[in-house]
Amino acid sequence: MANFKLDAKVPEGPLADKWTSYKDKINLVNPANKRSIDVIVVGTGLAGGSAAATLAELGYNVKAFCYQDSPRRAHSIAAQGGINAAKNYQGDGDSNYRLFYDTVKGGDYRSREANVHRLAEVSGNIIDQCVAQGVPFARDYGGLLDNRSFGGVLVSRTFYAKGQTGQQLLLGAYSAMNRQIARGKIQMYNRHEMLDLVIVGGKARGIIARNLITGEIERHSAHAVVIASGGYGNVYFLSTNAMGSNVTAGWKIHKKGAFFANPCYTQIHPTCIPRSGDYQSKLTLMSESLRNDGRIWVPKNMDDVMAIREGRLKPTEIAEENRDYYLERRYPAFGNLVPRDVASRAAKERCDAGYGVNKTGEAVYLDFKAAIERYGKEQAMIHGLKDASLEKIIDLGTEVIRSKYGNLFQMYEKIVDEDPYTTPMMIYPATHYTMGGIWVDYNLMTTIPGCYAIGEANFSDHGANRLGASALMQGLADGYFVLPYTIGHYLSDDIRTGPIPTDSPEFEAAENSVKEKLDFFVNNKGTHSVDYYHKKLGKIMWDKVGMARSKEGLTEAIAEIKAIRKDFWKNVSVPGDSNDLNPELEKATRVADFLELGELFAKDALERNESCGGHFREDYQTEDGEALRDDVNYAYVAAWEYKGEPSDAVLHKEELEFKDIELKTRSYK
Amino acid sequence: MDLTLKIWRQKNAEDKGGIVDYKVTEISDHMSFLEMMDVLNEQLINTGEEPVAFDHDCREGICGSCSLHINGEPHGPDSGTTTCQLHMRRFNDGDEIYIEPFRAKAFPVIKDLIVDRTSFDRIQHAGAYISVNTSGNTQDANSIPIPKADADMAFDAATCIGCGACVASCKNASAMLFVSAKISQFALLPQGKVEAAERAKNMVTQMDLEGFGNCTNTGACEVECPKGISLENIARMNREYLSASLTTAE
Ligand SMILES: Cc1cc2nc3c(=O)[nH]c(=O)nc-3n(C[C@H](O)[C@H](O)[C@H](O)COP(=O)(O)OP(=O)(O)OC[C@H]3O[C@@H](n4cnc5c(N)ncnc54)[C@H](O)[C@@H]3O)c2cc1C
Ligand code: SF4
Ligand code: FES
Repeated sequence: MANFKLDAKVPEGPLADKWTSYKDKINLVNPANKRSIDVIVVGTGLAGGSAAATLAELGYNVKAFCYQDSPRRAHSIAAQGGINAAKNYQGDGDSNYRLFYDTVKGGDYRSREANVHRLAEVSGNIIDQCVAQGVPFARDYGGLLDNRSFGGVLVSRTFYAKGQTGQQLLLGAYSAMNRQIARGKIQMYNRHEMLDLVIVGGKARGIIARNLITGEIERHSAHAVVIASGGYGNVYFLSTNAMGSNVTAGWKIHKKGAFFANPCYTQIHPTCIPRSGDYQSKLTLMSESLRNDGRIWVPKNMDDVMAIREGRLKPTEIAEENRDYYLERRYPAFGNLVPRDVASRAAKERCDAGYGVNKTGEAVYLDFKAAIERYGKEQAMIHGLKDASLEKIIDLGTEVIRSKYGNLFQMYEKIVDEDPYTTPMMIYPATHYTMGGIWVDYNLMTTIPGCYAIGEANFSDHGANRLGASALMQGLADGYFVLPYTIGHYLSDDIRTGPIPTDSPEFEAAENSVKEKLDFFVNNKGTHSVDYYHKKLGKIMWDKVGMARSKEGLTEAIAEIKAIRKDFWKNVSVPGDSNDLNPELEKATRVADFLELGELFAKDALERNESCGGHFREDYQTEDGEALRDDVNYAYVAAWEYKGEPSDAVLHKEELEFKDIELKTRSYK
Repeated sequence: MDLTLKIWRQKNAEDKGGIVDYKVTEISDHMSFLEMMDVLNEQLINTGEEPVAFDHDCREGICGSCSLHINGEPHGPDSGTTTCQLHMRRFNDGDEIYIEPFRAKAFPVIKDLIVDRTSFDRIQHAGAYISVNTSGNTQDANSIPIPKADADMAFDAATCIGCGACVASCKNASAMLFVSAKISQFALLPQGKVEAAERAKNMVTQMDLEGFGNCTNTGACEVECPKGISLENIARMNREYLSASLTTAE
């Protein structure tokens, strides 16, 4: 592929008409013929679940895979805050164009215009669809849908179901799947993990999967393969992702020819519960929607910081004038609602300067006192309580906050053992979402014909930073409304192919290589557990490839990751057998892939000599500490081609064109 | 904290299984229960033993994977809490803790503490959906206003995480709370009303086929449910079911 030219296949014509005219022109598959076409969907989160349901409904035979015991447990279930859509129900000036604009700007001008515009166009449909499926979104007293706002925007376009939006949307997609499972149109493979892709005649034609209960290695064929396996944030070991989230499906197809795009774009989310000890297994997110009502601050004076850390002073005892509401101070236009990358770096900046408020010095306050009083007064008015006491006001206000964020507050209290209604929450940034992923063209097809990638697994719509509430939107847009069209266009060539046999040499070879790896792990009898290596990798990633990166740090990281990988393949210990349910073996195959991805991730970060979105290079910043982007040299998607060791990966560039939006410095001041 | 753990070990579905004692030391009270289990497993791996298999994923109390029976209670001693959200500060130095899988005929043990809860999925295949195509040609979401109270009640029912604690806590191993939560969510919304009767009938039939026991109104399920799913849902389900049996021809 030396002269391989990346072709994004963006349709011609004016931006606003591209998707409509594209749909008018693509080839359709006759319903009778769809019955003779099989599609594999790996992953049943929002992206994979919605895709599987829709493809099955259209008439294709779908085989869907997930490693959990039920599609309903996919990581998407954990999404808290909400989903965006340009409905303008609030009449605050929202439109498809504004959602498009906010997303491109929020992504620091590193996403593909045509994709983002399409996303904005279908966003409204998503809400209609979910409501029709029985998703119980929050409603106001008139019975209409309620909205809130999220970081990085000035309109209220986020639909939500308390702090459990992902759960409700996933259950919606899952219910659509159930309907197709009952009809026999989806064959569901729970507790199955895809461990390799099979390519026959240059096209993706199947996968090798492991039945996680029996350990059996299975061959599954299809006319097309869709990867919807989610993000790879767990490369950091600690992240807000579910414990099993992994890069394996994406990495395996990368090794078979799919380019991996922008691996270094990772979102560090500003409002997570801080780490409290070395034993910790994961970090817990506190939805960003809290920033609508919470004010973020640290003490102004170092004496107060010390007194707090030593337990001599409570945050509630610090007077208003001794608090530094640093986001409101630095970014008056957006205040506490600046985008995630900006909020995260600002918290790091304050903590690095010594103002962190917990024992580790890595926490800032998220304070609801003002909101509780504000809502309390409003409620007192509504209820005609003219002379309500402060106590009464606080009670009323607390109820409002409870109805909006109750489950989040409860979660916080469980973990930290403090009541966030009466004392400010402590928060700190944590790895959350990966904007990078498998490179796809406008059709969501990877560089392997017949292999698609959707949802968080692909790189496509968020650029260098993802605004809140837009991952759910993208996952469902891809699955319900985009892929079903684009894949049909591809499959229209396959109506005469007939079933794909699984006894070909290609299946044989893929199966053997999977078996070899698994056998290696259970026979290695090394000295260190899988977690030992995962934690080591995670520490390097966080320290040197985390919220801030530098040339030196990245160079060191690459060498260190290589060394860990070498040691892993020599000394890892995986107890148990491969023909049995074996969670350690599952972890081992995932960490093996993280150990390769981690290096490519650092290499990508080193290559990009600029700061943009979630990629902050300390060597490229303005005088006042803001990201310094370089549009002349870096307005491209970095798509890496596999050539063996990650260090040998070859960089291909998809130049990004901005015809409808002017490239501007992203300012939230 | 130093603790003695009495853990159910069972190699596979056929194996008989039994309690094995383990010791863990220096457990911090900030740890979650599952982090304590990680410590134990790390210890076992380092001595070449097979770690204890248990289900878990989100560790945020929302996916419904984690499912331990701790000292005789599903998800342990705290009310309204999943195992992953249970913290070691609830235990004392020197405690002996029994850790077992959820038990019910319809939840066979797969290995150690992992049980097969796919019977829940099959009940949902029988009707836990609204028959609407995903074509995107649905009417505008605000075209049918839904009273806030109804929407809130539907939401409360919809928050069930499908963990199965209700079944595990019930002396009859009944799945009524789970099934009724699903049926209620749809029955409360105008979109789901159309097929409410049919749905109730089909889901209840499948529930019985899966081998869940009958509900005798002991209410243990509601007490142990980590999401506070209310018994009112069972009453609502019974109404739906009754009207289904009255109106549909067998
Ligand atoms: C705590 C939290 C809160 C969030 N809140 C929000 C929010 O409020 N709004 C928002 O827009 N976004 C939010 N996000 C982000 C959003 O939830 C995710 O980006 C999105 O859900 C990803 O969906 P997905 O379908 O791409 O992948 P996932 O939901 O991660 O699904 C991945 C699927 O792939 C399967 N899988 C993975 N590997 C394999 C394999 N090798 N073989 C077989 N199956 C495999 C898994 O079993 C699973 O079914 C949040 C994320 C987190 C962690
Ligand atoms: S009703 Fe409660 S206990 Fe039963 S499955 Fe749902 S959440 Fe779990
Ligand atoms: S691990 Fe998801 S609910 Fe406990």
